[in-house]
Amino acid sequence: MSRALTAAPPRTVELKLNGETVKAREGMTILQVAQREGIEIPTLCWERTLTPVNACRICVVEVEGSRVLAPACNRKVEDGMEVQTHSERVRHSRKMVLEFLASSVDLTTTPNVERWMKEYDAQPERYGPPAPPHAEGERDRLRAGHHEIPDGSQAATVSQPTKVDNELYVRDYSKCILCYKCVEACGTDAQNTFAIAVAGRGFDARISTEFAAPLPDSACVYCGNCIQVCPTGALMFKSEHDHREAGTWDESAQHVTTTICSYCGVGCNLELHVQDNEIVKVTSPLDHPITHGNLCVKGRFGFQYVQNRGERGSGRGGRRAGNGSTPALGEQPPAAGDD
Amino acid sequence: MDLVLGDVDATEVEREAVDAVLGTPTSRWEGALADGNGHAAAEGHLARGGHRAREQRHLLLPVLHSVQERVGWISPGALRYICQRLTIPPAEAHGVASFYALFSLEPQPPVVAHVCTDVSCLAGGASKLCGELRERLGEPGSQGADAPAGWMESPCLGMCERPPVALVATSGESPHEQAIAAAGIDQIERALAGEEPADDARPPVHQPPEDLRLLRRVGQVDPESIDSYRAHGGYGALRAALDLGPDGVLREVIDSKLLGRGGAAFPTGRKWEAVARTARRPHYLVCNADESEPGTFKDRVLLEHDPFSVVEAMTIAALATGCERGYLYMRGEYPLAWDRMVGAITQARDRGLLGERILGSELSFDIELRRGAGAYICGEETALFNSIEGYRGEPRNKPPFPAQSGLFGRPTVVNNVETLVNVLDIVTEGGPAYAAVGTEASTGTRLFCLSGRVERPGLYEVPFGTRLRDLLELAGGVVDGGELRAVLLGGAAGRFHTPDELDVELSFEATRAAGATMGSGVVVVLDQSSDLVGVLRRIAAFFRDESCGQCVPCRVGTVRQEEALARLANGSPRGSVEAERELLNEIAQGMRDSSICGLGQTAADAIGSALEKLAVFPNGGGR
Repeated sequence: MSRALTAAPPRTVELKLNGETVKAREGMTILQVAQREGIEIPTLCWERTLTPVNACRICVVEVEGSRVLAPACNRKVEDGMEVQTHSERVRHSRKMVLEFLASSVDLTTTPNVERWMKEYDAQPERYGPPAPPHAEGERDRLRAGHHEIPDGSQAATVSQPTKVDNELYVRDYSKCILCYKCVEACGTDAQNTFAIAVAGRGFDARISTEFAAPLPDSACVYCGNCIQVCPTGALMFKSEHDHREAGTWDESAQHVTTTICSYCGVGCNLELHVQDNEIVKVTSPLDHPITHGNLCVKGRFGFQYVQNRGERGSGRGGRRAGNGSTPALGEQPPAAGDD
Repeated sequence: MDLVLGDVDATEVEREAVDAVLGTPTSRWEGALADGNGHAAAEGHLARGGHRAREQRHLLLPVLHSVQERVGWISPGALRYICQRLTIPPAEAHGVASFYALFSLEPQPPVVAHVCTDVSCLAGGASKLCGELRERLGEPGSQGADAPAGWMESPCLGMCERPPVALVATSGESPHEQAIAAAGIDQIERALAGEEPADDARPPVHQPPEDLRLLRRVGQVDPESIDSYRAHGGYGALRAALDLGPDGVLREVIDSKLLGRGGAAFPTGRKWEAVARTARRPHYLVCNADESEPGTFKDRVLLEHDPFSVVEAMTIAALATGCERGYLYMRGEYPLAWDRMVGAITQARDRGLLGERILGSELSFDIELRRGAGAYICGEETALFNSIEGYRGEPRNKPPFPAQSGLFGRPTVVNNVETLVNVLDIVTEGGPAYAAVGTEASTGTRLFCLSGRVERPGLYEVPFGTRLRDLLELAGGVVDGGELRAVLLGGAAGRFHTPDELDVELSFEATRAAGATMGSGVVVVLDQSSDLVGVLRRIAAFFRDESCGQCVPCRVGTVRQEEALARLANGSPRGSVEAERELLNEIAQGMRDSSICGLGQTAADAIGSALEKLAVFPNGGGR
């Protein structure tokens, strides 16, 4: 405690942001200062609740005196720093990142990307028509350091069939930009479950369980915190996925009810997304001071009892039949004393 | 940590391979078998988890090597047992294993030939060799696990002076690896059949010893005898260093103006001083022997033919920077260098030249050897740290720099092999005397790896400031008096030079001014017979394979670069040749500006310089 009392107050630094002199607290990132100043720097792999991995490089900015561009999400401000957030070089790099992603990944459910593509004049179609999707499991077996030499007539993509191996959420890695957020949320940044990690290398790198085992055979506890932070919709509630497949997903017809999870005493905030009087997904506010948007399997997926209308679920369950004792979630109201 | 391990058990052989590195498990928590069976099941389920188990994570790579060598692949059962022993989540261990090219996660033949198809070997007959292998064994990687032998294409294996090169890895009860230089199809077939060819390990050094400094003992000293090393003046530098003391050594190294030889040319003295002055302990020393830049073999020659000099230089570096432990991380494709370093470290320990109170001084220092497993990116210093620590070899963002937070998050000195060996002369003759050699800003001598279409390929040592032309002449010029087409200086991450640019002075300042780089000292000579387009496509494929995949510009940029180059080579550009060149330039700029590490930042340099200067695709593409 004495340490806290004697610690020096944070220093204030002065920097130039796009030519304007601004003050900031030492330790803030360039991104934080820019956000405070109302300057939009696009981000994909950054999330306020997670450790920055600065992998997507869309937030790069020009720092005077630096040979290469710096990721705004991670670079701390320094006294006398001169930063350009939208210089020619910066705009070019953002354009390339957007083109690289849009030509190799399905970004149709990534928020803001369409606007950014226009803003930065990204033209992903100039890399040629996309290559046909990979067969199921093909990308999971690719060996590091080896690839088929292309003839350049098609643009390689990560396209592949959606992994549907449980009733709660799906993994559509055609939409994965490898932002590492799900890995962080599954790991030390939130859940400490470590069910998934990055496997493989280079363009063949992918998010994977060990040996690409189905989720029910993995360490996954279905907290869904990976879905919460996924920026592209690669990880998605099965209910949303099914609606989208059926063409019935309609966000304009949805309303969000904020409530508190009734399972235990922590009091996590829930946002129930409701369409046609049916809960279609559950989120939790990332800026919640206690939970930072993290929930457990019950809060995330155990909502069926709210809308039990006598048509008790057939075959709904978190784990595959025969894989242990986990009750089929959602089929029953919370038992007394069940935390 | 709550591990979910799955239910596939390791076989007895797999367990043995793991236990060979980690020792026998002491409780069932650690994976000991229920019936005892040689395992101390007496302790039942006594927990061996927690921090102490997790602190062993740096043993992940050695354990994976052990299983790969013994069993030929890493099975789900083996991985499960490894995870249980080290308290690592299986998904993470799988992520690490699948990061390396030398590890197989599927059954494969017990003997596999990795055949180099990189730039130097391409210029030296690799295509013909691969054609023959295709005929006899089928497509690379297509042989099933039941086949007696298989083959694969490989990036540079670091024996570029005698192409083509193959590394034959044999798994099983007596696993071994052998590098075959100047490989013919018959030799490879004999090796695949289990025959060990005569070891022809003459050092590729052609200059007389009196012209050499770093290489003067190479070929003169017996690399397997510490007495021979001492008879050639070995360990004189360490005595001098102990007399000078840590501050004295630092001063000499700073005065010598020694710059790092790994490619980035950072002042060694400044690096050392930063760590030496850091109060946080422990400090770590890392010797980067992961040379994987295509066309580079300089460190291999030092490791194979003068291994004690590396041990001695590391000891001096440890003295100056206050390190008690050093790691030497060597690329996995150097079997002879590995054996020689193991021998050198063992002998040094036996003589009290490593360990507690070296030579009766206050200095205590020891070296751990670590082997890479086929990943160019692990030569990047922060990726190397991650690799040693048992994580994927992905570069970290800088800052923080290694001097502040390096290996295991501690202040770390990381130096290339060649850089370290320079320290011996600096300590014995003094920094200022050392600095008298070379140019004002680039002091000392430099090792250059000459390969390709050159008369006498090999390793050459010249003072900085030597002209490229003179270096080529030293090696006898173009083979058979042919006409020079281009020189690739600095490797795949370097740039091409035209025959008009041979007067460039080989110093850090002059190459920088010319927009070039010496990189790791690679000089690949191409003549009119060379398949320049093939070389460019190989470079593009190399970067596509070796990108770690962490950041978007490099992960996808290297793919798009290879595709655009393929279209140009096939004579089917999208739009026009000009449009494709413009596209390549834009890709290059994006990778250079916004990639995390040097790999992505330089992945377009060689190709860009060839397109700009060598008229590779005249008349609308094609060859």
